[in-house]
Amino acid sequence: MIHSLFLVNASGDIFLEKHWKSVVSRSVCDYFFEALERATEPENVPPVIPTPHHYLINVLRHRIYFVAVIQSEVPPLFVIEFLHRVVDTFQDYFGVCTEAAIKDNVVVVYELLEEMLDNGFPLATESNILKELIKPPTILRTVVNTITGSTNVGEQLPTGQLSVVPWRRTGVKYTNNEAYFDVIEEIDAIIDKSGSTITAEIQGVIDACVKLTGMPDLTLSFMNPRLLDDVSFHPCVRFKRWEAERILSFIPPDGNFRLLSYHVSSQNLVAIPVYVKHNISFREGSSQGRFELTLGPKQTMGKAVESVLVSSQLPRGVLNANLNPSQGTYTFDPVTKLLSWDVGKINPQKLPSLKGSMSLQAGASKPDENPTINIQFKIQQLAISGLKVNRLDMYGEKYKPFKGIKYMTKAGKFQVRT
Amino acid sequence: MLGMSANSVSYNEQGSVESGVDAAQENSSIPGGFSSGGAAFSLFSADCKKNEDLKEMLESNKESLKLEAMKRIVGLIAKGKNASELFPAVVKNVASKNIELKKLVYVYLVRYAEEQQDLALLSISTFQRALKDPNQLIRASALRVLSSIRVPIIVPIMMLAIKEAATDLSPYVRKTAAHAIQKLYSLDPDQKEHLIEVIEKLLKDKSTLVAGSVVMAFEEVCPDRIDLIHKNYRKLCNLLVDVEEWGQVVIIHMLTRYARTQFVSPWREDAMFDENNEKAFYDSEEERKVEQTRPYIMDPDHRLLLRNTKPLLQSRNSQVVMAVSQLYWHLAPKHELSIITKSLVRLLRSHREVQYVVLQNIATMSIQRKGMFEPFMKSFYVRSTDATHIKTLKLEILTNLANEANISTILREFQTYVKSQDKAFAAATIQAIGRCATNISEVTDTCLNGLVLLLSNRDETVVAESVVVIKKLLQTQPSQHSDIIKHMAKLFDNITVPMARASILWLMGEYCEHVPKIAPDVLRKMAKTFTNEEDIVKLQIVNLAAKLYLTNSKQTKLLTQYILNLGKYDQNYDIRDRTRFIRQLIVPNEKSGALSKYARRILMAPKPAPVLQSAFKDRDRFQLGTLSHTLNSQASGYLELSDWPAVAPDQSVRNVEVVEPVKEAGAPALRKSKTAKSNEKFYSDSEEEEEEEEEGSSSEGSSSSSSEESVSESESEENSDDSNKSSSSQSEKSSSESDSEKKKKTLKNKKLQQQKPDSKDRKQKNGNAVKVESRSESESGSESSSSESSSESGSELDSDSDSGTDQKKNTKPKPVQSKPFIKQVEKKEVSLLDLDDFSPVPVTTPKSSILSPNLLSDLQGLLISPTTSALQASSPVFVPETSHELLHRMTGKGLSAQYRFTRQPCIYGNSMVSLQLTLRKITNQSIKNTHITKNTPNKTQNTQSSNAIERLEPQASVTVSMGVDFNDSTQAANFQLCTKEDEFSVSIQPAVGELLLPITMSEADFTKEQGKLMGMNESSATITMTPENVSSQSVNRKVVSVANIGVIPSSQENIYRFAGKTVSSGSLVLVSVALKDPDAVITINTEKTVIGSMLLRQFKTALTNSGP
Repeated sequence: MIHSLFLVNASGDIFLEKHWKSVVSRSVCDYFFEALERATEPENVPPVIPTPHHYLINVLRHRIYFVAVIQSEVPPLFVIEFLHRVVDTFQDYFGVCTEAAIKDNVVVVYELLEEMLDNGFPLATESNILKELIKPPTILRTVVNTITGSTNVGEQLPTGQLSVVPWRRTGVKYTNNEAYFDVIEEIDAIIDKSGSTITAEIQGVIDACVKLTGMPDLTLSFMNPRLLDDVSFHPCVRFKRWEAERILSFIPPDGNFRLLSYHVSSQNLVAIPVYVKHNISFREGSSQGRFELTLGPKQTMGKAVESVLVSSQLPRGVLNANLNPSQGTYTFDPVTKLLSWDVGKINPQKLPSLKGSMSLQAGASKPDENPTINIQFKIQQLAISGLKVNRLDMYGEKYKPFKGIKYMTKAGKFQVRT
Repeated sequence: MLGMSANSVSYNEQGSVESGVDAAQENSSIPGGFSSGGAAFSLFSADCKKNEDLKEMLESNKESLKLEAMKRIVGLIAKGKNASELFPAVVKNVASKNIELKKLVYVYLVRYAEEQQDLALLSISTFQRALKDPNQLIRASALRVLSSIRVPIIVPIMMLAIKEAATDLSPYVRKTAAHAIQKLYSLDPDQKEHLIEVIEKLLKDKSTLVAGSVVMAFEEVCPDRIDLIHKNYRKLCNLLVDVEEWGQVVIIHMLTRYARTQFVSPWREDAMFDENNEKAFYDSEEERKVEQTRPYIMDPDHRLLLRNTKPLLQSRNSQVVMAVSQLYWHLAPKHELSIITKSLVRLLRSHREVQYVVLQNIATMSIQRKGMFEPFMKSFYVRSTDATHIKTLKLEILTNLANEANISTILREFQTYVKSQDKAFAAATIQAIGRCATNISEVTDTCLNGLVLLLSNRDETVVAESVVVIKKLLQTQPSQHSDIIKHMAKLFDNITVPMARASILWLMGEYCEHVPKIAPDVLRKMAKTFTNEEDIVKLQIVNLAAKLYLTNSKQTKLLTQYILNLGKYDQNYDIRDRTRFIRQLIVPNEKSGALSKYARRILMAPKPAPVLQSAFKDRDRFQLGTLSHTLNSQASGYLELSDWPAVAPDQSVRNVEVVEPVKEAGAPALRKSKTAKSNEKFYSDSEEEEEEEEEGSSSEGSSSSSSEESVSESESEENSDDSNKSSSSQSEKSSSESDSEKKKKTLKNKKLQQQKPDSKDRKQKNGNAVKVESRSESESGSESSSSESSSESGSELDSDSDSGTDQKKNTKPKPVQSKPFIKQVEKKEVSLLDLDDFSPVPVTTPKSSILSPNLLSDLQGLLISPTTSALQASSPVFVPETSHELLHRMTGKGLSAQYRFTRQPCIYGNSMVSLQLTLRKITNQSIKNTHITKNTPNKTQNTQSSNAIERLEPQASVTVSMGVDFNDSTQAANFQLCTKEDEFSVSIQPAVGELLLPITMSEADFTKEQGKLMGMNESSATITMTPENVSSQSVNRKVVSVANIGVIPSSQENIYRFAGKTVSSGSLVLVSVALKDPDAVITINTEKTVIGSMLLRQFKTALTNSGP
């Protein structure tokens, strides 16, 4: 299974290494660096790189490459999934997963990695178990530890390890019992030149933050569960119950977790909450190009479209852009040719627009490709698929928890072709 | 051995400590600069200086200083710096009380032990001590570190430790032992045989915690010992859902390989079909019909695997989904494959790397089975933000999916891609268009025209790629396209990419007859630039020259000679060789001999058009999802997936015969000792066996073909599983710490029923509860859960309040008033469990029954829960032979019917009482189409249609089995027996004892359960025993003949205990008979008080009556 792990930062330095079997020299990463050099973009590094004696499987998250070294046949997704789990754990522990955070907490990182893999095979990856074994560093705890000499490391086997609810630790106590659920939907869409939808899908997740005492057993039901086309669950969700009744029944882990991800099929008509009017043109023989972009809301169910951000990769021939936004600010990076326009909120009365000209390389012929426009936005208090939580009930505990449900719609990979 | 190593340790310790000191002194003599200057030397000395003070810190008495030092050392290790010289100082702290310090020392040890073997031995005794620690975490981590120290000299110690840990009471330690097996194996492969023994032992382990790890060890150490799996196959299948996700992956991969060696292919349905057709000529009509509809019968174990892996498609772990998908791909019948599609498409939303691997696998799949992914075509549309390798893969899949119907959509999409800023991707798109054009003849012309337009593209790579693709396309139909060739000749001057130039030249030469005027001119131009061309172009120039020489020697003779002369002195030997060869071939001289006569036929031979096919064409030789598949080359350690065997190996190897008492030693520590006994029975294989046998014997006239037997086997297993389930749900009710896992697991189904009422007001709920239940039962129509549902209502009420029992009473009559449901399936005469009715083909099976094995696995998940008190359904102790009359031959116009209670778990549904119905025809006409209909249309519960008996010959009798859900009441079940001509209303009134199913439990559990069913749940009576009844045997016999309950072993001599559960709701019924000469006290504890009192009455009569 996984032999070693190297962490490589954006500038190509190995800043952490960990070995689970015999030590593998870090020179094995040279093959990775070669691939990195060949790749035009950081994302273009192939995830699986064969070398004469090893195989390198890497993932890129937060501008850090996690390079795992393996020696023999193992399903590549196994390693990839594990590496992502490692990143998630770091994020969970340190808030962010950056080079600095990892370097600052190198001991905790090492202890975590030690627990997560034994001889290269995953041992404990469940956040609740890990947190019982190794307590996440907080400022308070660091101070206390230095004074009292106590440690971050638990002495007992986490209760979850042995139970059938390995994701939940026992003995949870809160004075305020609360359970929050965020229904977040992302629209993936490709809109063609004329404004018609080529493909649109909704991907949703329900993220939960559950802080409940004891062993609560929760039940979440939807008004319209049939909407959900394909789902994947946190292991805590009882699958059969879902199959039979379309009700989510589960004993939640403690803290933050993703309860459910779902997919609303493209068969259903997906409401597209924004439209884009664009006119991007280059004239043959002229060193000028026109750029016009107007955004407007549609099918938003009366909710405001916020945090709108438009970005576009302009053709290589564009030297500069001289644009005039009706609201918000725009930037154009002449090196990467990336145009981004931070629009903010769309006011339906006064539609935001960005107009102006682009200057092209003199003498160069007109670029024959048209840039794609990527749009990000957020709509609060709306699940665009129409999914609604019916009710949330708790069994198994006596107290009355505070329950909250929030809806949000975001743009996922929302592209407009021009 | 130990002594020796200890000696050497002490010796070496001195030595290396000294040398360490020496080194340190040397280091300290170097003036250490703390400046972080770039010079390597100063850095090095700074390190040494630091190490020096680290050493001091480690040797100090303060824990906090030591810890600080260790933290810094770990920091050094993480950075990949060498900290090995601190080994002696660090290893001293291995026995530290501070657990964090200890852990960090472990980290250090594992990292450097290999380099400092002798010193590492110092720590061994500490670990050996820790292996005996009462804290399982400490035992486990000691074993982990001990086995991670790669020092060959401690192999025997490791072996010993592993063997010991494999029988540890804590499943966590056993898991660690499984991991240690692999480590030891890689350290010393000679230990293989011993390790296999340990693996064999651990494979029998029933903890979900251990399963994944031991299978991993199996895969590493002895993947070829498939025989070790046989006995554990079913257990692994059933545990699978509850194993942690990483273990699931390993187990699924192993089971995939296993299944490919043990089952016959489910893919050969056509072949099978034909065979059967032939055979059918000799068979009765009936049988032929049967065989035609079910040509292939899947091994029930094969089905079990498919069924149990299916829910895992919903896992959040992408690799689990992938593993299940590949399992279905390699094992499932083709028509079932479609269920994996959605899940795979879902993974495309995941991280880039996940997408990459999943897309690769989809690409391979989509070559063979377009239909699977065609509905999801739009999910493979490329976004400008995708990474290049993702884009290419998506393109590949889109090309694979292209067919006549969707090609226009795909081509439109491709048009956008061609304009992409990513030129490599645009080039790949052109290739894809070329492939579409060759594969789908309708669009060849459209594509060709499109490609020609691209020839005027400004980007060179695009043009070059187009040329190459056009060349390939033209080969298919050159005559119609001479204008395209001309067009390309015109473009030739502007194209600089060698491959494209070479392609055009080749086209010119190949089709020089179509462009007789242009070709010589092109050759003329090439003659001028020959020396400046790339090699690949030069070769094609020579080629073109030769072809023109043969077809048009008048115009080109001199040019050709000139070019051949240039080629003769080229720097590249390939070109020189080619020139020499061509010259000999085309220019006749005395040396060339006969060959030149054929020059024209050699050079101008019609060439087959190239087949443009997917780059993923040959990837299917690798198992999907593997590294080898991703790389398209065999990775080391890749295990080939074997082909299906032509004939299935013996199926009976998977039957498990005995429960080995040995393994109890290794049972999870957390099982309560008092439940240990019943746990043993929990998986009880022996029990299943018993049931199998009985099932077999009770099926009258069953032909004993092995496949039939195996089906009945699995059926009975399922049933017992289900009854396990409901019985344990009861036990759970009783256990006080029932909160956690058990709720999760066993309440899963029961909660279904609880849900609706709970959302209403409490009071209202009480009123509605039963209604709702029965409604949902009828909806589900499944065998899985009516009993559970009612047991749930029981437990719910139980926990609620005392009024629960009242309510129970109230609600009870309701289902009684509404007449009981009947569900029956009639059988052909062949056997009770005729295959055709029970063929595991999923299409015909109701959904929930596919899931039913999960109940079992849920149950098995309970095993590691500390509080489980397991109840186990058991086989009946006594089966009465007496039949009751259902239809007298007089009233039945010559048809008589009798029924008898088989006391078996019903195959039609958990909540049903199993009956055997014997129909006999007395008169001389034969009766056709006998079947049974439900009397009560308002009962919607079981809608599965019953098979009719087609024909009943005079004097012949037919036995069919049926199931009746009496809903735990003695109310008669009314239904109609229909023949072609008549309908007879009949009713079956069960004795109260038949409404029960036996269960076994430990005596301790019995008393515990009994304690919970006191008060009004208890009914008792004192009777005077007749003397002949006093013996234990006769009491037992009497009791079990009255009621279908199981005998509980009793430690007290004059108390007899029996346990059963009601069939429909699964409520516990506990009977105890205490003899106090001459009186006896019969006590019945059950929450079904009506049943309790009725039973009591019957026991009273039975035990007071003398006679058999």
